[in-house]
Amino acid sequence: MDASLLVIIVVVTALVFDFTNGFHDTANSMATSIATGALRPRTAVAFSAVLNLVGALLSVEVAKTISGGIVDDALITPAVVFGGLVGAITWNLVTWYAGLPSSSSHALFGGLIGATWIASGAGAVHFDEVVDKVVAPAIAAPLVAGIVALLATYLTYRMTERARKSVNDKGFKAGQIASAALMSLAHGTNDAQKTMGIITLTLITAGTLAPGAEPPLWVILSAAIAIALGTYLGGWRITRTLGTGLTTIEAPQGFAAQTSAATVIMASSHLGFALSTTHVASGGILGSGLGRRRDAVRWGVAGRMAVAWLLTLPAAGIVGALAGKVASLGTAGVVVVAVVGAGVALGIWLLSRREPVRPEHVVDEIAARAEAHKVAA
Amino acid sequence: MKVDWAALGAVFGVSLAVVLGLVLLFSVALRALSAREAERERGGSAVLPTAAAAVCLLACVTVVLHGIYLIVAG
Repeated sequence: MDASLLVIIVVVTALVFDFTNGFHDTANSMATSIATGALRPRTAVAFSAVLNLVGALLSVEVAKTISGGIVDDALITPAVVFGGLVGAITWNLVTWYAGLPSSSSHALFGGLIGATWIASGAGAVHFDEVVDKVVAPAIAAPLVAGIVALLATYLTYRMTERARKSVNDKGFKAGQIASAALMSLAHGTNDAQKTMGIITLTLITAGTLAPGAEPPLWVILSAAIAIALGTYLGGWRITRTLGTGLTTIEAPQGFAAQTSAATVIMASSHLGFALSTTHVASGGILGSGLGRRRDAVRWGVAGRMAVAWLLTLPAAGIVGALAGKVASLGTAGVVVVAVVGAGVALGIWLLSRREPVRPEHVVDEIAARAEAHKVAA
Repeated sequence: MKVDWAALGAVFGVSLAVVLGLVLLFSVALRALSAREAERERGGSAVLPTAAAAVCLLACVTVVLHGIYLIVAG
C-alpha cells in the first residue's frame, strides 16, 4: 500500500478515536452538573464541547510526552499505530455500550502497547516508563482525587451549615458550573493531547516529521475539533452511571468533587503524568459521596467500574495486538482490520439503538432517584 | 522500574491545599452573602459582608486563573 495513503488512514482513525474519547468522557465533566440540575443536558454538552476545544489549543506538553515516551518510535510503523487505535476504539465502544466510565487514555495506551509488543517485540515498549507514567498514576490518581473530594465535601457542608438555604442553592449551582468549566478545560488540555501525540507519532514513524518534533498546527486543530464534536454528541449511557449510579449527588458535592478532580488533573499534567481523567472524576464523585454520608455510595456500581478499569489496559492491548499484527502484514491486512473494525463499530451502534439512552431518560431517572432518596431520608 | 513517589506526593499535597483553600474561600463567601441578606432585611449596612464576599470570590478566581496560567506557561 502507498505509504502516504496508510498515513491518511491512520490519521483518520486517530481522529475517530478522539471523537469516541469525546463522547466517552462528556460524563466526567458534566455528569454532576446534569445530576444536580445546575445545567440542562444539551446546554451542558455544548458548554463542555467549547471548553474542550479551547483546552485542546492551550498546550502541547502531553502530546510531546505521548509521541516520544511509551514506545520506541524507531521500531514501529504506521500500521502498528493503526492496530493500536483499532484496539482502543473497540474497547471504548464496548464500555460505552455497557455504560461504564472506563479510561479512554488507558484504552489508547493499551492498544498501542499491545500492537507494538506483538509486531515489534517487547523491546520496543518502554515498560519502566509505562509503570512510572501510566500504572502508578492509574492507582494513585483516583485515590488522591477521592480523598481530596471527601475532605472538601465534609468541609463544605460544615462551613455552610449556617448559611442561608437560598444563598447556598444559588451559590453552589454557580460554583458547580464554574468547576465543570474547569474540568472540561482540563480534559481538553489532557485528552485531546493524546490524539495529537498519536498523530505526531505516526508522522514521525512515516518519516514526514523529524523525531521529537512538535505537533503541526493542522494536527492540533483537527484533534481539538474531533474531541469537541464527540463531547457535543454526549455519552448519555455513561452520564447515567456517573450521575446517578455511584451516589446521589447534591450541588455542594458536585462542586467539591469537580473542583478536586480538575485540580488533581491540572497538578498532574504540570508534572508530566498522562493520567486518566475518567479515573480522577470517578474518584472525586465517590469521595464526595463518602464525605456527605458514609452509606451513600453504591459499592456494587463502584466495583463494576473498578473491574472495567483493571480490564481496560489488557483488553485494549489484546485487540490492539491482534489488529497490529494483521495490519503489519501488508495492504490486505490493513484492509481486513479496517473492515472488521468498522463492522464491530456498526454492530455495537446497532445494538445500542435497540435500547437507546437519551438525555431525557437521564434527567427523569435522576429526578426519580432524588425522590426515592427523600422518602428514605 | 521506578515510581516517582515525590511527584505523586506533590500532586496530592498541592491538590489538597488548593482544593481545601478554594472550598474554604467559597464557603466563607456564601456565609458572607447570607449575612448580607440578613443585614439588608434588618435595614442595616451591608457594606462589610458584601466586601468580604467579593474578596473571597475574587481570591477563588485568582487561584484558578493562576493555575491555568501555570499550565499554559509550563
